[in-house]
Amino acid sequence: MSNLSQALWVLLLGSLLGLELIGKVPPTLHTPLMSGANAISGITVLASITLVANAEGNPALLILGSVSLGFALFNVIGGFLVTDRMLAMFSRKPSSSKATSTKPSGVGQ
Amino acid sequence: MNVLDLFGYSIDLLAVLLLALGLKGLSTVRSARSANGLAALAMGLAVLGLLLQVQPDPIAWLWIAIGSAAGGLLGLITARRVPMTAMPETVALFNGCGGMASLLVALAVALYDSADADLVSIISIVISVFVGAITFSGSIAAMGKLQGWLGTPGWTQSGIRHAVNIVLALMAVVAGFALPADPTGLPLWLLLVVSTLLGIGVTLPIGGADMPVVISLLNSYSGVAAAAAGFVVGSQLLIVAGAMVGAAGLILTQVMCTGMNRSLVSVLFGGALGGSAPVGGGGDEAGYSRIVSCSAEECAMALENAERVVFVPGYGLAVAQAQHALRELSKLLEANGSEVSYAIHPVAGRMPGHMNVLLAEADVPYEQLLEMDTVNPEFPRTDVVIVLGANDVVNPDAKNDSTSPLYGMPVLEVDQSRQVFVVKRSLGAGYAGIKNALFELPQTAMVFGDAKAVLQQLCTELRSQGVGKVAA
Repeated sequence: MSNLSQALWVLLLGSLLGLELIGKVPPTLHTPLMSGANAISGITVLASITLVANAEGNPALLILGSVSLGFALFNVIGGFLVTDRMLAMFSRKPSSSKATSTKPSGVGQ
Repeated sequence: MNVLDLFGYSIDLLAVLLLALGLKGLSTVRSARSANGLAALAMGLAVLGLLLQVQPDPIAWLWIAIGSAAGGLLGLITARRVPMTAMPETVALFNGCGGMASLLVALAVALYDSADADLVSIISIVISVFVGAITFSGSIAAMGKLQGWLGTPGWTQSGIRHAVNIVLALMAVVAGFALPADPTGLPLWLLLVVSTLLGIGVTLPIGGADMPVVISLLNSYSGVAAAAAGFVVGSQLLIVAGAMVGAAGLILTQVMCTGMNRSLVSVLFGGALGGSAPVGGGGDEAGYSRIVSCSAEECAMALENAERVVFVPGYGLAVAQAQHALRELSKLLEANGSEVSYAIHPVAGRMPGHMNVLLAEADVPYEQLLEMDTVNPEFPRTDVVIVLGANDVVNPDAKNDSTSPLYGMPVLEVDQSRQVFVVKRSLGAGYAGIKNALFELPQTAMVFGDAKAVLQQLCTELRSQGVGKVAA
C-alpha cells in the first residue's frame, strides 16, 4: 500500500522537521511560540473542509463538518491574532514611531 | 483538470514551506512577528489549495461559509478582547477547540462515512478520537483551573487517581480494539467518553506552576490529533503540519520542564507540587518567625540611594496589572541616576515569556530584561532588589536545602544582593506551597500590598523627595 507508506514517511519527516525547527528559542518567545504553534495546529480546518466538500449532500456530514470547521477556525484566527498581539509589543521597542503612548518623549536617560 | 490539480499541489508544497519558515522565524525575536504572518499566510494558501482541489458544490460552500463565519468571528472577538494576563487560559481554550475539531471530523467519518473504510482509516479514527477528546477535555480543564473555576479535588492527590486513570486508559484501549468490528456502535461512544474523562483525570491533579507544561503538552497533542485527522481524510499537508506542531510542542514542553528542574514524568504523575505534602509544611503565615515588614516610604528611601536596582517580576505583577506602574517607577529611578534592570526567571508568571510580554506592553526596553544566567552573577553588586509578586523563583532553599521540594530548581539568587524588598499581598505560599526562606533573611523586608498600589506609592514617595523633577 504505497499510499500508506507515503503518508507514514510524510509523518516521520514532518516530525523530524518540527524537532529541528524549534531547537533553541529564547524564553521571551516561549509564550508567543506556543500560541503560534497552537494556531498552526488549527490546520485541521483542512480536514473539516474536506469533510464538508465530500459530504455529497449527507446533512449529518455537512453539519458536523461545519461545526468542526467553526471550532478549527476559532483556533486558527484567534491563535494568530493573539500571537500577533503579543509580538507587536516586542517589535515596538526599537523605534517607538507609533504615537500610541504619550510618554516616551519624557524618558530620562 | 490536471493542470488545476498540479496547481493545487504546488500551493500545498508552498504552504508547507511557509509553515516551516514561519515556525522557525517564531523562534527569534527580530523575525517573530513577520513569521507569524507568514504562517497565517501559509494557512490561507493551504485552504485555498484545498478548495481548488476538492471544488465544493454550492451546498457545501454554504456550510463552509456558515462554519467559517461563526468560528472566525468568535476567534476575532476573543483575540481582541482577552486581556494579556489571561493569555495562558486563552491559549488553552484555542487549543481545546483545535482538538475538538479533529475529534468531530473523526466522529463524522466514523458514523456516516465508514462503510468502505479500511483498517488504516479505522486506526486513524481511533487515534483521532482518543487524542482529540483528551486534548479538548484536558485543555478545558486546564483553562478552568487557571481561571480558578476548578480546584484540585482531594482524591486527585492520592493514589486513587492513578487507579482511575489506568482503568480509563485500559477501557480506551479495549474500545479501540473493539472498534474495527463495529465502527459506529458502542465502542466508539465508549472510546469518546473514556478519552474525555481521561483528559480531565490527567489534567485535574496538576497544579500551579506545572500548568504551562501541561498546556504545552496538550498543544503538542492537538498537533497529533490534526495529523491523525490528516490520515482520516487523506491529506498529506495536514499530516506534515500536524506532525510539525506535535514535535515542536514536545520540544517546548521539554524546555519548560528543564526551566523548572522537573521531569515530564513527575509533572504528569507526581501531582500538584506540595499539594499533598504534610499539611504542617504548607505555607501558612504561622510558618514564619523572623519577618520584617516595612512601609513604602522606607522602601522608597532605599531606592533613592541605590545605584543598582533589579526588579524581579512574578505572577503577582501580572495579576495586579502593575507593569505600567513598574515602568513609571523605573523611569523615575533612572532619572535619579540608578541603573535599573529586570530579572526574568524562565518560568516567572504562568508561562515562559509571560513577563517579557507584559513588560514589553509597558514599553520596557528589551535590553533591560535580563535572563537568569546573565543576572545571577550581578546580584552581589546590586544594592536593592524588589521582588514583585514572585515567590518560588527566588527561594534560596532551591539551592541550599536538599529536603525542599524545590531543591535543584534554578532560581534567581536575590539573596546575594545587599537589600531585598518583597512586595506581596500576604505571606501566603507560592505555587509550590512551601515556605520561602528568603523572607526570613536579615536583608529582606516585606512590603505588604497589591503590587500596583505599592508601586504607585513608591512613585509618589520618590516624587515628593524631588526625584525625577530636576536632574541636579
